[in-house]
Amino acid sequence: MARLMTGAEIVLECLVREKVDCFFGYPGGVTLPLYDALYDHPIKHVLVRHEQNACFAAQGYARATGKVGVCCATSGPGATNLITALVDALMDSIPIVAITGQVSTKLIGSDAFQEADTFGITRPCTKHNYMVKNLADLPQIIHEAFHIAATGRPGPVLVDIPKDVFQAQGHYNPVTTIHLPGYKISVDGHAGQIRRAAQMIWEAERPIVYAGGGILAANASEELHQLVEFTDIPSVTTLMGLGAMPSGHPNYISMPGMHGSYAANMALTETDLIIALGVRFDDRVTGRLAAFAPHARVIHVDIDPAEIGKNRAADIPIVGDVKRVLEKLNQNVRELAPEMQARNSGPRKAWWSQVRAWKTAHPLTPEYSTKEIKPQHLMMEIDRLSGGDAIVASDVGQHQMWCAQFIRFNQPRLWLNSGGLGSMGFGLPAAIGAQFARPDKLVFAVVGDGGFQMSIPELATIANNSLPVKIIIMNNGYLGMVRQWQELFYKNRLSSVLLEGFPDPEKLAGAYGFIGKTVEKPGDLREALETAVNHPGPYLLNVRVTPFENVYPMVPAGGAINEMVLAPPQPVEV
Amino acid sequence: MLQLISLLVENKPGALMRVTGVLAARGYNIESLTVARTLDPELSRMSIVVDVEPSQCAQVIKQINKLINVLQVADLTEAPAVRRELVLVRVRSSKEDRTIILKEADIFGARAVESSVDGFALEATGDPEKLDAFIRVIERYGDIEVTRSGLVAVSMEPKKLKLAPPVRKEHLEPQETVSTIE
Repeated sequence: MARLMTGAEIVLECLVREKVDCFFGYPGGVTLPLYDALYDHPIKHVLVRHEQNACFAAQGYARATGKVGVCCATSGPGATNLITALVDALMDSIPIVAITGQVSTKLIGSDAFQEADTFGITRPCTKHNYMVKNLADLPQIIHEAFHIAATGRPGPVLVDIPKDVFQAQGHYNPVTTIHLPGYKISVDGHAGQIRRAAQMIWEAERPIVYAGGGILAANASEELHQLVEFTDIPSVTTLMGLGAMPSGHPNYISMPGMHGSYAANMALTETDLIIALGVRFDDRVTGRLAAFAPHARVIHVDIDPAEIGKNRAADIPIVGDVKRVLEKLNQNVRELAPEMQARNSGPRKAWWSQVRAWKTAHPLTPEYSTKEIKPQHLMMEIDRLSGGDAIVASDVGQHQMWCAQFIRFNQPRLWLNSGGLGSMGFGLPAAIGAQFARPDKLVFAVVGDGGFQMSIPELATIANNSLPVKIIIMNNGYLGMVRQWQELFYKNRLSSVLLEGFPDPEKLAGAYGFIGKTVEKPGDLREALETAVNHPGPYLLNVRVTPFENVYPMVPAGGAINEMVLAPPQPVEV
Repeated sequence: MLQLISLLVENKPGALMRVTGVLAARGYNIESLTVARTLDPELSRMSIVVDVEPSQCAQVIKQINKLINVLQVADLTEAPAVRRELVLVRVRSSKEDRTIILKEADIFGARAVESSVDGFALEATGDPEKLDAFIRVIERYGDIEVTRSGLVAVSMEPKKLKLAPPVRKEHLEPQETVSTIE
């Protein structure tokens, strides 16, 4: 007979069995029993400085590895502090298990100290959530939570555990089977539809692959490369899909959308077949939906049936795991090749020269200046040091778009950013989680001065754990993206976007016991970044950049993606 | 437009909230909703009438179907189905009208389930339009109070219930007692 365990010990036992080696959290009153069990338990718990960052760090861990990220918070304020990061994980389909404490079952509903209706509040913030009322259900629920988080379209699952359930004693009865009759996942994709898709691919004259975060979630980039290489089709990847195609791949154009490249947006506009793989036709990609890809037929592969036809009707809908579907699609494409490959070689050649012409006409070009550091210059220097191999966790705003435009990613899971929700304060804690997951990797937290100031408490987590994260602040003194919109669409009435009073970075990092520097001159930038990267420990580099640079190309809200504004209006000499 | 949705859900705390949450989050107003246990006490049948933008009907069904606790969703708006509602009407009437009220009720297939000196409680079932008409008729005889059950529906299409099979988790198979990690 297994030994008698407390609920808290059973939680940890479940985590061990789910192969969790570290998790992120913040203790509190009702999680005391759990933290007591952790005291002499080998599993690593990372103490963060705010619960939101526990979940963002768990996301960084999950995004960098593909494993389930785990975070933990106490009842009431602890649980409510998780909300932003849970919704963020839901929007970006990141597998997270969040464990929250709850007041004892007898006190639930009595407005007890630090009580909040976590189960109710987090219902729309998670893929699924649980409240555990009986110890006997605990192991089953935790393993179910991991199963739901990691399978199908991944997402966050929250398990709310009352204090008395943590304290109750019982046995860990091994769970070997998960039975969720309502949790239906179509993995394989319809064979007939896949066959038709292969045919449509060969029939198309101007096809394009539009791949996204689903490729990363399904670990399908290898299969994606095979498809585009064998058929020689150009591809674009979304913000969430960066790294699914190596940036330098001959079949790769770049990111499309609001701040995507001219070539990517033109190719999506002129194509006659979109092969959409693990994407959701997000408004930031499509621009005005009615004008998006007006000549295109659509093959849409997604594991979530609700995504298919949600924004754009699909001519061939395929519900399935994109890896499994691509395996079969590649096979079908190969089988049809002898008969069909030569058919459209003329139009295909013309299509490629058109795509190349778009690329040459308006490439993404970094700005440089001898007087000030341009943000694009900064990203090019980070890119030079990364060489496409470093992990870059970005925050949200202008710098995020410049990172996406100018930093190369040769592999999936190197680019970590808050895509769907756009949560400022994401970058630094995500970098922490990624560095714990990948201690071997160079990890940059590239953040704006706005988002950084939302994350300052986590400098302590970095210092405590001597994490060699390189924090690069692109400091323009503004909430740059909001200012950009105020400039362009609100008659330059700059309202509450000037971020005055940024702390002295040297003193700030120094207060936490590590190095902080500021660089202001373009000529000093390279050396400053190299010093940061070569330093063995944490490093904070505050990069003062041109305050008024804006992100281009830009598709104005409500515009069609081929109506992008390529460059700022030229200054008129007075 | 009014959409009639029939669902089979796990009889678990929060299941109702999850379903109504999908509708409420999109700002759709629920016209009526009934829930009760099925023959299998672990499952409940829900019938919902909800005002949905026509373009979103299919999306709503898909989103509800994604819920872990939902086993089956069917859109019965246009499908072959029997739709019924029950209404209880309490009517206060004068002594003179008692007989005629019972006669009127009889025309609608309604019956008196309770009688008192100041009136009756009448019970009627049928489609909503018939019940509307019934209420309009009874209204003329005195003050009334009305409780409607909301629409319940049963699909006449033999639709097989597809359930996800149990999944074996290999990494959870009992090995030697795992309780430490390297």
